[in-house]
Amino acid sequence: MSDPELEWAGPEGRVLPVVTAPASVLGAVGEEVDPTDPEVVRLAADLVSTMRVSPGCVGLAAPQVGVGAQVFCVDVTGHPKAATTHGTFVLCNPKIIEASRWRPGREGCMSVPDLTGDVKRAGRIVVEAVLPGTGEPVTVATDAFEARALQHEIDHCAGKLFLDRVAGAHAIYQRKVYL
Amino acid sequence: MHELAITVIGPDRTGIVADVAEALAAVGANLTDSTMTRLRGHFAMTLICTGPTAAQAEQALEPITAAGLIATVRKVEPEADDRPTGEPYLVSVHGADRLGIVAAVTRVVAGAGGNITDLTTRLTGPLYVMVAEVDLPAGAADELAEHLAVAAAELGVDVTVRRAESEIL
Repeated sequence: MSDPELEWAGPEGRVLPVVTAPASVLGAVGEEVDPTDPEVVRLAADLVSTMRVSPGCVGLAAPQVGVGAQVFCVDVTGHPKAATTHGTFVLCNPKIIEASRWRPGREGCMSVPDLTGDVKRAGRIVVEAVLPGTGEPVTVATDAFEARALQHEIDHCAGKLFLDRVAGAHAIYQRKVYL
Repeated sequence: MHELAITVIGPDRTGIVADVAEALAAVGANLTDSTMTRLRGHFAMTLICTGPTAAQAEQALEPITAAGLIATVRKVEPEADDRPTGEPYLVSVHGADRLGIVAAVTRVVAGAGGNITDLTTRLTGPLYVMVAEVDLPAGAADELAEHLAVAAAELGVDVTVRRAESEIL
């Protein structure tokens, strides 16, 4: 199987401000995009640049920079919970076509900076999407933390936050202590 | 055997649970179900215990109230063993804080015959989050989701209804 190279090799982007809840763009279903549109390539570059300057950020979706589009980037390289990793990559119009091995885990989000939550995610997934720039279709099979990151970002593209998936009334946690 | 409902709340500090539990143990109170948590810097305890009379428990808690905590003691009827009989669902709500989110959402849940068994809300900055565990009559989920979508649109918040999973092993 010869998948086109996933790794992002596009231009340097701008660092954009990250939108936080309750911004309405985070609750709206993102539009499907034309991956060959130069605006989409620019958005992809901006997402990667913004992710790279944000400490601890392993993924960022277009709604998080205020754009209601189905585009996101991920990079879990070096993360202790990662198994399979594909480096830095950007996907457009993603669809999860297989999901299995569901496991709980605690998640945070740059758009919900003060809370974390326990969310069950598939430990193995297969995602179909297209690459920004070439528009080439790709199939990404991954597991563990990269699978969790992809599901979190794909949720953003569908207007969902981890808060929509927390496991119970006691499964959200304050991240900072307010005294 | 007396059954008591006790609440204790006050500014959080180290040792509140130990102080309260010790005082109650000293008068033979057996703590059964309880929930204890921090709410915006206040420590809140709600518990059911069996053993002493309300007057004995109140007296035992006097040093605690003298130290600045608010305690209430009420005699309650022994537990009516009302185990949930419906289907467990989770309702998440998040959006800009405004008056009446919990009131509007829970009224819709009650209207669908849903019994809330646990509920947490958090306000962080402008973001209001509510997660409720709801016991729903069989087959009521779809209609509840529709009605909640209408209420959420009026409130300008996002709402999700989903089945709560539990694997019995």
